[in-house]
Amino acid sequence: MSNASETVTSLSSETRAGVIGVHGVTKRFPGVIAVNNVSLTFHQGEVHVLLGENGAGKSTLVGILSGLQEPDEGYLSLNGKKIRLASPSASLDAGISTVFQHSMLVPTLTVLENLTLGAPWYERPPRARIAARMEELKREFALSLPLDAIVGELSLGQQQQIEIARALLRDSKVLILDEATSMLTPQGAHELGERMQKLVKSGLAVIFITHKLAEAYRYGNRISVLKQGALAGEMVPDQLKSMSEDQAVDEIVRLMFGREAGAGSTEQRNSTKRDDTVLKLENLSTQGDADVMGIADISLILQAGEIVGVAGIDGNGQKQLAEAMAGQRPLNSGRVELDGEDITSATVAQRRRKGLRYLTDDRLAEGSVAAFPISENTVLKDIGQPPFWVNGLERPQRIAQHARELIARFSVHAPGETTPIGRLSGGNIQKVLLGRELLGEARVVVFNKPTYGLDLKNIDTSRQRISEIAERGLAVLLISTDLDELMALSDRIAVMEGGRIRGIVKNDGSGEALRLRIGRMMAGEEDYKQATA
Amino acid sequence: MSGLLTEAFLSSLLTGAIVAAIPILLAGLGEQMSEKAGVLNIGIEGMMLMGAYVGFLVAFETNSLWLGFLGGILGGVLTAIVMAVLCVRLGLNQIVIGIGLTLGVEGLTALLHHFQFSRTYPRLPAPERLNIPGLTDLPVIGPSLFGRHLIVYLALIAVVVLAYLYRRTNLGMTLSAAGERPAALDVAGGNVLGIRVVAVLFTGAMAGLGGAYLANIGAGLFIPFMTGGAGFIGIVLAMLARGRPLWVLIGSLIFGAALSLTTALQVAGSNIPTDVIQMLPFAAVMLVLVLFGRRAKLPAALGAAYERGAR
Repeated sequence: MSNASETVTSLSSETRAGVIGVHGVTKRFPGVIAVNNVSLTFHQGEVHVLLGENGAGKSTLVGILSGLQEPDEGYLSLNGKKIRLASPSASLDAGISTVFQHSMLVPTLTVLENLTLGAPWYERPPRARIAARMEELKREFALSLPLDAIVGELSLGQQQQIEIARALLRDSKVLILDEATSMLTPQGAHELGERMQKLVKSGLAVIFITHKLAEAYRYGNRISVLKQGALAGEMVPDQLKSMSEDQAVDEIVRLMFGREAGAGSTEQRNSTKRDDTVLKLENLSTQGDADVMGIADISLILQAGEIVGVAGIDGNGQKQLAEAMAGQRPLNSGRVELDGEDITSATVAQRRRKGLRYLTDDRLAEGSVAAFPISENTVLKDIGQPPFWVNGLERPQRIAQHARELIARFSVHAPGETTPIGRLSGGNIQKVLLGRELLGEARVVVFNKPTYGLDLKNIDTSRQRISEIAERGLAVLLISTDLDELMALSDRIAVMEGGRIRGIVKNDGSGEALRLRIGRMMAGEEDYKQATA
Repeated sequence: MSGLLTEAFLSSLLTGAIVAAIPILLAGLGEQMSEKAGVLNIGIEGMMLMGAYVGFLVAFETNSLWLGFLGGILGGVLTAIVMAVLCVRLGLNQIVIGIGLTLGVEGLTALLHHFQFSRTYPRLPAPERLNIPGLTDLPVIGPSLFGRHLIVYLALIAVVVLAYLYRRTNLGMTLSAAGERPAALDVAGGNVLGIRVVAVLFTGAMAGLGGAYLANIGAGLFIPFMTGGAGFIGIVLAMLARGRPLWVLIGSLIFGAALSLTTALQVAGSNIPTDVIQMLPFAAVMLVLVLFGRRAKLPAALGAAYERGAR
């Protein structure tokens, strides 16, 4: 845990011009502003940490610096001169090398071939030269790689070393590491931290992207925090040096999860919780792999009329939990109980009939068949069931009538029930799916990011409906990445990090203090376990 | 069946195997490069047919087989340009465009041929054959192996040259990267679309040459639809060969032998019914697919258009 700043040269970092400058850069994608008017300067000899939640704009910024995307507004500069990075090779030529979050190696090729990737096809691989350079890298940075091994057979840590070695072989001036520790063991992450310090000592600028707070403090010389595409704050080397780890983490949490000034306060819902337990989860665990996080030891109790919120940075096992509850994901261990009945081995359809409903966050790919009319989509989960199917025959009239009722009751804006659902807006698809989940005797509804990607009006309507569902006595599990939403609706909030519940807190209306506590748990900084009563 | 192992039978079997093998060898080598680079080139059948048509026409008009081969290459490349523009540059569906291209060329060449020659099928003079004193005079294998047109030996040399390039230069690695993980090649500063275009055009050239061989050497004339699936057999060979040119050669000889067995058995006057004999090549194809179909290992990004930054 060396304090990194001592490697900065005696010159004050603020007076030195940066290697790479980002000036007023904005990047839009359909429906979102991924990066909003961001200006940053990256300095030689510094590990500059870009910190932020998923969707904060980190990856888009990496894409812009590595030539995969071009900014809509603003520009980049190299050594004070304006520069355009129109392609990855332009970025490489400018001395910028990127180690992407997802491996950019060809698994079927050897290490040597991956190191020379991008060289003209007619040349012969410069094996002797690379072998000699690798010897140097081994001495200087402890990078040791078997040149003739097939990359797909190496560990993720070794694969990352190949990408770093590739950057060094190109004599890069700037090295970008995007979520570089996410695949590594704690030991591997520590080694990477030390290696980064060696690299900046040798004169590189390192840009280190992460969402882990402690890493930012331990390995970084300078920290910039991104929030919803905009720069939320920066901590300069002198400031960081003068802080203890706890102080720094507190400050970062404030920058990442604090309420922006000016945002109106969302009123907290009155609890409609009743005493009877509806759903009980005991020690649920699922298998994880390289792409999908597994969940471990999830225990939760949902009572009638209660909304339990699940907070967490996106991708920390929330979706897996929802799928495990709905029966869509096999369990390694654990037990699910609905109204006192063990439904652990029940199928998706059985759970649905017993009243356990799941509203997916993937409205188009998983939740509906875009080309089918609304009417078919309203009964997609009841194929073959009466009253829509009788004796194996579909009843189109009955389905159409049901769809018209649903459209009226949930105020879906659609030309008619025969319109393909894919033509509707996200908010209207959401209404149709909600209508479908509430059909018949629902007991528990699991919402996965119900307001994600909706406009403000639909967000309000959706939240209103979720309250109403709880009022009617149903139990609700509300998975969301929006803390405001959770704090407005939930009775209790469970915080997930790394596939586990880090803590369950009562939504006691303590506002800012609670928000910061949840933020720290989301970042894996606080292990706050409370009885799940 | 005792008369089967006669000199006439073996000689015609070997000759036929080589004559039938060369076009699918050329097509297979070409397709192999496309597939390595991630482009499933279904249009190869059309490229081959166009090569056969243009190759025949040029040879017929100029009386030069070599100009005919050049014409065949040109015809194949021109067809391949369409594929490269639509599937690589514009990222359209490779299967749809490939099938469309094949059907289009089939119709076009049949139509043009009909315009020019009505219902006659003019023939080219018999090709010159190589004559290596001593070797060509050997019994059985002499005329089959050493008395062929020079182009046969050039095709064999192509196997060696390609094997060398794939192994010893950055070509093989660049192609594999474009086919396995194009994004990795892109961010490493390579040119994914560039290498894919080169591979598709090379496929066109090889298929065109194969088609010209089929028309000018194999048959000595052009008949509409004459490739009769040779290009598709090339695709199968390329898929089974796991990126190795030598395996394409071996495969093409097996298929060639199966194809020529039909003729050879008839020459030998065996008493097996003709219908059964003519079924043999296809039975062989199915046998090979059943036996080795699982061996096929295809690049991960085969058939997928590459677009930078697409998630």
